[in-house]
Amino acid sequence: MKQNKTQLTPEEQKLFGDLMPEELEEVINSGFNRRHFIKLMGLATAGLLASHAIGAEQLFARAIETDEIPDLIPEAIENGINVSFKVNSSVKKVLIDSRMTLLDTLRERIGLTGSKKGCDHGQCGACTVIVDGQRVLSCLTLAATCEGKSVITIEGLAKENALNPMQAAFLKHDGFQCGFCTPGQICSAVALMKEAKEGNASYVTKNIREDGKSLLLSDEEIAERMSGNICRCGAYPNIVAAIKEAQSGKNITQNWLFAG
Amino acid sequence: MRPFKFTAADSLNTAIGIRTKNPEAAFLGGGTNLLDLMKEHVALPNEIIDLGKLNLKTIKATPTGISLGALAKNTETANHPLVRKDFPLLSKAILAGASAQIRNMATNGGNLLQRTRCSYFYDISMPCNKRVPGSGCSAIEGFNRMHAIFGWSEQCVAVYPSDMAIALSALDATVKVMQTNFSERSILMKDFHILPENHPEIDNSLKHGELITSIEIPKNNLASHSAYIKVRDRNSYAFALVSVAAGLNLNGNIIQSAHIAMGGVAHKPWRAIQAEQVLKGKPATLANFTKAAEAEMSAARALSHNQFKIEMGKKTLINALEMALNG
Repeated sequence: MKQNKTQLTPEEQKLFGDLMPEELEEVINSGFNRRHFIKLMGLATAGLLASHAIGAEQLFARAIETDEIPDLIPEAIENGINVSFKVNSSVKKVLIDSRMTLLDTLRERIGLTGSKKGCDHGQCGACTVIVDGQRVLSCLTLAATCEGKSVITIEGLAKENALNPMQAAFLKHDGFQCGFCTPGQICSAVALMKEAKEGNASYVTKNIREDGKSLLLSDEEIAERMSGNICRCGAYPNIVAAIKEAQSGKNITQNWLFAG
Repeated sequence: MRPFKFTAADSLNTAIGIRTKNPEAAFLGGGTNLLDLMKEHVALPNEIIDLGKLNLKTIKATPTGISLGALAKNTETANHPLVRKDFPLLSKAILAGASAQIRNMATNGGNLLQRTRCSYFYDISMPCNKRVPGSGCSAIEGFNRMHAIFGWSEQCVAVYPSDMAIALSALDATVKVMQTNFSERSILMKDFHILPENHPEIDNSLKHGELITSIEIPKNNLASHSAYIKVRDRNSYAFALVSVAAGLNLNGNIIQSAHIAMGGVAHKPWRAIQAEQVLKGKPATLANFTKAAEAEMSAARALSHNQFKIEMGKKTLINALEMALNG
């Protein structure tokens, strides 16, 4: 593993020094990782983060640094398949067991753990990624079927340090609580923008015989079209508001009325 | 999952050839149902033949109607301009099923071949005649709220889950199949899926090695008078308790012919023949819709937990006919 010293801002140095002193050296030596992040979020809910200049939003926006993980060389694979496909901006070539799903390949072999394994049975949408422009469930996709395809995951949506407008809208509208479903929600919502632009219909579209391009989606349309992404925290009104804002480009005021 | 050999078939001949030789091989379309069943150890293929490269994805007008490629995706089919304009009932039914992600993956042929979502079929620790013939039916005296009210047998009370197929049944579609001797045959939708009787392990009339190549729908006059209603436990992304596909061929206010099929009620798309007969040649009125719905539902037989489906079926039939009338 290569060792990159992490450059911390003075605020970040103070934050980790005060709240997580035992991890400070590790953060500097090998980067801010998922475990640090979870601990920090735990402290945030306890209110300990409030006195620090740095806010949760800045931390969300800061890329979590990871080392390049070399491909595992499996000792014995019964039905090995060599598959190469594009993931975000680079082409990945991996030798996999034929049974491996795209989700497991992304998470366990390529090291992209943004896509989540919720149910692993196509019922929750947490594993949603965008393959050749279409949102699909990576838990029900065999990686072996992805040869030559282009996969976009949550890690590929931001351009350098600029969040994708959908990511920014989710932050602004608190489109999450625990955040587990969020990568799937956001990938799904990003692909939905393209579907709406192309005029795809949904079950609640009023006149299906009319071919409407560039649909501006109503709350009802968004709810129907996002129904494949379950949020157990129930952040749905916020998710709908975030998607409306990202689609319209206008500030959306939160609608706190309950469905009925 | 059981280990399996994976082959991406480059032609129809290769695909059918591999499967004909190996009784435990399975075709892979979108995989949305097959992979799930493999993870649960309900489906145990030792070889997977990926059909993704085959050229069976075309949706096109034909002299007699429309042809839907077996490997065209559900999303593309539902949104195809010809389907939306001339067969909106099919668009609506497809869009009532699953989620956007699943419809982006699912193929038309695969949709027809979905297996039941009966929870006992999925649970390999429970008896199920569909999964293990002769082991018994856990649902008939178990939790059978989601199960059949028409055409069930002592062997199996499971229902068929597709929405798309309910519309195809009402629209008198035909399934084109490549046989293992590489000649094509056509199967009418009404004969494609079968009732459980004594062999619930058999879902449909395909023989091992046969591959669906397309689905053909004949032209009709139903586009402006059709409706698909799906009643379920939540507003979206759930299987039907009851669904109805209805199309009315009207001459003024007189029903020349009614085309009605129900989902969530039987082991196959349930063509509502009794209701169709009551409506033929009659004025399209609420009174006649009610008579038709009552005639159809009079043959229903409820299980211990699904008595509600009979009243729900009647009301959904009436609602769908009214919606179809109003366009």
